[in-house]
Amino acid sequence: MFTSFEDLWVHLADNYIVVVSIILFGVGFTTLLFSRNLLKKVVGLNIMDTGVYLLLVSMGFIDGRHAPIIANGVTDTAHYINPIPSGLVLTGIVVSVSVTAIMLSLIVRLYEKYHSLNLDVIYELRNKEEHV
Amino acid sequence: MLRDLFASDFIHNFPLFAIILCLLCAVISFVLQGGGARRLTYILILIGMALNGSVLLHNLITGERFTYMMGHFPAPWGNEIAAGLLEPAFALLFGVVILCSITAGKNRISTDVRADKQHFYYILVDLAQVAMFALCYTNDIFTGYVFIEICTLASCGLLMIRNAGKPLVAATRYMIFNLIGSGMFLMGITMLYGVTGHLLFPQLQQAAASAWNSGAYHGIMILSIGLTVSGLAIKSGLFPFHFWMPDTYGTATPASSAILSGVISKGYIFLLIKIIYRVYGHSVFMETGIQNVLFLFGIAGMIVGSVSAIRAGTITKMTAFSSAAQIGYIFMGIGMGTREAMIAVFFHICAHAITKPVLFLSGGALIDASGGGRDFASLRGAAHRNPAAGLAFLCGSLSMIGFPIFTGFISKLYFALSAFAFPHKSMLVLLALAVSTILNVIYFMYVSVILYTGRPAPGKRVGVCRQKAFATAVFLLILVNVAIGLHSQPLTGLFELGLDLFLQL
Amino acid sequence: MRKSFLQKLSAWYKGSYDFTLKTADHMDARMAHEYTGKEHKLREVERKELVFSGVLYNILCVLFCLIFIGVLLWSVLFLPPHGSPDNPAVNEVMERYVAAGMEETGAVNTVAGMILDYRAFDTLGESFVLFTAVCAVTILMNNTKESAADGTPIPMTVKPGIVEYSKDNIVRTVSRFLIPFIFVFGAYVLLNGHLSPGGGFSGGAILGSALILYAMVYGEDRAAAVFSERLIKTVVLISLSFYAIAKSYSFFTGANHLKSIISTGTPGRILSAGLILPLNIAVGIVVCCTMYSFYMYFRRGRIQ
Repeated sequence: MFTSFEDLWVHLADNYIVVVSIILFGVGFTTLLFSRNLLKKVVGLNIMDTGVYLLLVSMGFIDGRHAPIIANGVTDTAHYINPIPSGLVLTGIVVSVSVTAIMLSLIVRLYEKYHSLNLDVIYELRNKEEHV
Repeated sequence: MLRDLFASDFIHNFPLFAIILCLLCAVISFVLQGGGARRLTYILILIGMALNGSVLLHNLITGERFTYMMGHFPAPWGNEIAAGLLEPAFALLFGVVILCSITAGKNRISTDVRADKQHFYYILVDLAQVAMFALCYTNDIFTGYVFIEICTLASCGLLMIRNAGKPLVAATRYMIFNLIGSGMFLMGITMLYGVTGHLLFPQLQQAAASAWNSGAYHGIMILSIGLTVSGLAIKSGLFPFHFWMPDTYGTATPASSAILSGVISKGYIFLLIKIIYRVYGHSVFMETGIQNVLFLFGIAGMIVGSVSAIRAGTITKMTAFSSAAQIGYIFMGIGMGTREAMIAVFFHICAHAITKPVLFLSGGALIDASGGGRDFASLRGAAHRNPAAGLAFLCGSLSMIGFPIFTGFISKLYFALSAFAFPHKSMLVLLALAVSTILNVIYFMYVSVILYTGRPAPGKRVGVCRQKAFATAVFLLILVNVAIGLHSQPLTGLFELGLDLFLQL
Repeated sequence: MRKSFLQKLSAWYKGSYDFTLKTADHMDARMAHEYTGKEHKLREVERKELVFSGVLYNILCVLFCLIFIGVLLWSVLFLPPHGSPDNPAVNEVMERYVAAGMEETGAVNTVAGMILDYRAFDTLGESFVLFTAVCAVTILMNNTKESAADGTPIPMTVKPGIVEYSKDNIVRTVSRFLIPFIFVFGAYVLLNGHLSPGGGFSGGAILGSALILYAMVYGEDRAAAVFSERLIKTVVLISLSFYAIAKSYSFFTGANHLKSIISTGTPGRILSAGLILPLNIAVGIVVCCTMYSFYMYFRRGRIQ
């Protein structure tokens, strides 16, 4: 598909939104999976979700077209972008707000109990508690 | 007369009614007290069972699959739900399991959950149930995503509602793994949307097949399938990601453990099978080679889960690790991908969904009878202190091992039979089945002998009369288990017909 | 004295031996079990600290991240190009939403028409995701009746030393001026959801932020006097039930090909687009109450 490095570079530069969203997804995913700090995990979760939403919403975009709000009675399809991804992202954002709220309240409770945000320390304390 | 009644097209509305009723009951329970919410949930589950049962009968009589428009707009534009035979059958099964779990775990719910938060438990049960119905019936991948999230949040709530330290840690861990799974699933369907432009299953399947055949999108399709499948596999606890299981199932109130392991993880697996067959198409899925990965991880899960169960120090952890092993069986079947293997998979989902809750619930009762000690030393002779729970645990263990007359035997038999029709890997499957069965025998019989032998520690004997609800619910599940184990043919026929309907567009 | 396996087995059967224990003394099996367990855990923690001591762990994480991003990027190269009108996503579904959406749903804002009419089941699920989140946060954070199951009192969420904005002259004066405008803007976004960008979720979030600002500046007690727990519960109950019932009416009539009594009206008018406006209001109220209750639970552990 790509004959030279330059081709690849041009393709990446043209699709920079996709590249950015993938980088965001990767960074967020790694943080969520490997960070030992619970708050950083929540930050990672939100970065990951943002990456997915950016990719999703960029799929609806079409160069030179307008937001899908019918203006001046023009219902020509070639005038507007694809409204579906925008609607899906709206749903996704609400989901990530809910998830973030629950994670944060879990963290508040855990901090009150163990006085730490580090998952390893919390496990250790929990195991000690189990054996006393 | 009755036949005509069940053949009526009005029954097409029933899945919608079941879903809306669950939602309404969840909202109404918000302003009720604990007892009212519990009664409402019971009524709701019974109505839900009746509705799903009618849909099942209707589809058996007509022999057809129907789709139901959610709104005024037909398929590629509006949302849709669809029901063949498998969808109402599993919705019915999940309803029965949830009903039995909350009935049997009722006493523990009232002691584990703060009095002013009791009604939230039943709200979450309602929400988990609606999520299960929607995952069973949905014909739209984004609806699937939304209800996966409801399911995740509701099950996290069911875990952490036991207001102590350990369930909080377990719930955090559970949430983290689930969020990773959701993120991967959403990324997978985003990419799929990018190359197909559809969200409803029938159109999606056509578009996905043409995208695959055009050859330009091989990489992206493989990535999309990989992300979706691994997202759901993480959520249902396949082998390398089963670490949250012992914590989660071991610390929650027994009813929650039963619902989570018996119903919620099965709901994800059902959605996964649905996506494989009705979104990507079975042939495309088999061409990607991802089924081999699932197959290997499934086998690894069977062995590692059982070995961890042997090493586990408490009865709840052991049961939880055994869940990981059983999930391994299911994924091994999905990885084999033949028709016979899929029948075995459906059978095993069914067997595990009705057996594992029995183990968790009776395990919880035995722990209670032993003064709260979870380790094996304090469980010595617990079956003498609580004979009903002991017998239930023994029956559940026998079913898990695959003892004849129980359902577990039938599903293992079908796995073994399907292995013969599977030329390259039949030895591997048979070997894995044999090893895993031996390991199952070791740990389940070990516990059963402990439960029945030794000098029973001084403790009060809990008779059947003192726990009517528990005994009824658990023995109902065991009765269903034995009934299916003795007469497996009707269910096999149902699954075969259902799979045929499932493959229709 | 070492026992043979058979002797151990018979001892185990009698209940005086436990295979899961490694210590020689089985006189008090439970005590021994706890002891070995603790030792084992401590050793495990030490080992973990050795292997995953800071730097190495971080390097491995960064490596994983780079490889993961690399794999994803390589596949994403094959996605259809960004912004091209020939993408597979530009198909008959999108065309009908744009071309016929205004006529069929009555909504000038195609996205509102799509999420509340064409694909309304998703959005119904979405509002119940919020509802589930409210339930879960209430379970965790509500500390009105302090008698935890294990008897330990749960400390108050509000710690001394938190900034009290109500004491700050500048904040109080500016907020007094701003809050009505935020309310009006929120109501505008909410009510105009079918005509312009906005709708239930964004309008509800703006209204919720106005309530939060009010609670911050005028003190939670004053806010709680106005927005009691009872009021919030009732409002959420009514909105969500209305949402579920109205939408199921629309699903029912649609699927059975019955004529719905709800007309789409004249597109562009404020009272048009059938159910979309009432649904937007219901969703907006739910979102507003959700945001406000999140704030109050995190701030002081109760709404009252």
